[in-house]
Amino acid sequence: MTTLVLAEHNGQQIHNEVRHAVSAAQHWGQPVHLLVVGYQSEQIANQAAAIDGVSLVLHTDAQQFAHPLAEDVSKLIDTLVADYQVILAAHSSFSRNVLPRVAALADVAMISDVLEIQTDNRYVRAIYAGNVHTTIQSRDAKQILTVRGSKFSAADLNGQAEITDITAPEAFTKTRWLSESRIETDRPALNSAKVVVSGGRSLGSAEKFDALLNPLAEKLGAALGATRAAVDAGYAPNEIQVGQTGVTVAPELYFAVGVSGAVQHTAGMKDSRIVVAINQDPDAPIFQVADYGLVADLFDAVPTLTNALS
Amino acid sequence: MKILVAIKRVVDYNIKVGIKTDGSNVDIDGIKMSANPFDENAIEQAIRLKEQGKADEIVAVSIGSSANQDVLRHALAMGVDRALLVEHDAEVQSLEVAKLLQSVAEKEQPDLIILGKQAVDDDAGQAGQMLAAILNYPQGTFASELTIENGEAIVTREIDGGTETLALQLPAVVTADLRLNDPRFVKLPNLMQARKKPIETLSASELISELTPRLSLIKVAEPPQRKAGIKVDTVDALLQQLRTKEGIAL
Repeated sequence: MTTLVLAEHNGQQIHNEVRHAVSAAQHWGQPVHLLVVGYQSEQIANQAAAIDGVSLVLHTDAQQFAHPLAEDVSKLIDTLVADYQVILAAHSSFSRNVLPRVAALADVAMISDVLEIQTDNRYVRAIYAGNVHTTIQSRDAKQILTVRGSKFSAADLNGQAEITDITAPEAFTKTRWLSESRIETDRPALNSAKVVVSGGRSLGSAEKFDALLNPLAEKLGAALGATRAAVDAGYAPNEIQVGQTGVTVAPELYFAVGVSGAVQHTAGMKDSRIVVAINQDPDAPIFQVADYGLVADLFDAVPTLTNALS
Repeated sequence: MKILVAIKRVVDYNIKVGIKTDGSNVDIDGIKMSANPFDENAIEQAIRLKEQGKADEIVAVSIGSSANQDVLRHALAMGVDRALLVEHDAEVQSLEVAKLLQSVAEKEQPDLIILGKQAVDDDAGQAGQMLAAILNYPQGTFASELTIENGEAIVTREIDGGTETLALQLPAVVTADLRLNDPRFVKLPNLMQARKKPIETLSASELISELTPRLSLIKVAEPPQRKAGIKVDTVDALLQQLRTKEGIAL
C-alpha cells in the first residue's frame, strides 16, 4: 500500500511544513505520494517533486483550486482514497478544514495533531490544551491524520519525483469563495519561523506594541506573535496569536516580552528550543518556562536589546 | 429559518485536569462540567440571528447521559427554543457524533447547523467538517463572522495568516471560533424558567447502530515539563548567555 501526503502552498511556494509531513509519512515504510492541488500551479508541483522521500507527485490543476475549498479537495481525495492506506498532512488551518471531511467520506476516525507516531496505528497526541498527552490506537484499516510539523524533521530537497496529472472531479457549486485578507509581511511565517518575538498586555497599546517589537523582530529576522490578552486588548491582530486558541510555534529562539505566562499562551510555545522572557514582575509564571529570564522594565530593556544586536 | 446548535458537555475550561494514578485516563470524577466554550459561541450566534429576524427557531442538541441536561438548560436559559438530548452513556468520538447529528438533522431539517470549532477536552476539531461531509453540505469552519444574506450564509473564517470569506448555500454547517461573539451571561430568572422547560430525549443506539469508538485509549501522561532556567540582570548578560552558551549568532 501507499501513503498520501496532502501538500499546502500559497500559490507561489510550497509550505515548509510539507517537508515535515513527508518525514512523518516515512514511518509506514511504503511509497509516499504527494498531492498538490492548485490553479496554474506547475511550479508548486516541481517544488513538491524536489522533496526527498516522495516517489510520486499527484498534481491537479483546475480553476476551482485557485482558492481550494474543503468541499472540492475532499471530493478529489475521495476519488483516490481506495489506493491509500495512510493519508496525512501537516496540522494547519487548511488540513484541519479538509481532512476531517475526507475521513468522514471514507468512514475513518481521524487523528488530529499527532506529536509522535509509535506504531502503524498508535499515536501520541495532546488533549486538554496540551496539559495531557494521550496515547491512542486506531482500529481502522485506513489511517487519516494530521501531524504537528515541529515534531518531525524536515525532508531534504534532493528529490526527483515523477509528476503525474490527475483530473479534478466536478466543482462543488454550493460554496462560493468571496475574498481573503492576509497580513502582508516580508517576515517569516509565524508557524515555521526560526525566531519568534511575542508581546503581551504589558506593552500597553497597539502603538507601543509596534514601536517596541517591530524593530527587534526586524533585527532578529523574527516573526511577530502576541498573547490572547494582547489580541483581545486590540494591540495585535488575531492572526498572530500564539497559544491554545491560536498558532502553535516551536522556534529555535522565542522572546516573550511583557508576557505573564498564562497556560493559554504557554500551550502554544512550550516546545520552543530556547525561551527568553522579559518581564518586570519577578513572579510572572512565564519565568517558570523560560531558559533565560530578564526582570526589567521592557520599555528600557527592549530598545537596549535591539540596539545591542548586530 | 431553523438553526440546530450542538453542545458538548466538557470539563470546565478553568479547571486543570489531573491524571489517574494508574495513567489509564484523566481523572474527572466530581469535577465541574460546563458547555464547551466554542459551543457557547455557536448558541450565541444562533440567538443573534433570531434577534435579527433571520431565524425563527433554534434547537439545541447534546449527546451524552442525563447529566447533559445541565448544558441544555444553560442553552435554554441563553435563549434557544427547544432542547434535545441524544442519550448515550459511554464515550462517543467525532465520527459517531457526526453520524448522530446527521440523524438529528434529518429529523429536524434545520437550514443551518452551528457547532463549536473544537471541544476543549479532546481538541479534535473534526465533528463539524465530518457532519458537513456526510450531509454533503457546504462548510464554513473556524468562523469569526456569520451573517445571513439573500438566503446564503456569509462566513468569514480564521485561517493561518489571515481570514477568508465564503458564501454557503443553505443548508450548511458552520463551526464557531471564539472571536465570533461574546456569549451573553445567563440571568438567574431565565435559568429558573429553563428548569421548567421540557427536554426531548432520543436514544443514540436507536439513531445509529455502530457507536463503539474506533480510537482506543492506551494511556495518558503528563507532557514533558519545561524547567525554569536562570535569571539574568542585564541585557548584556542575556546576550552573553545566548551568544556563548547557546552559540546563537546575534
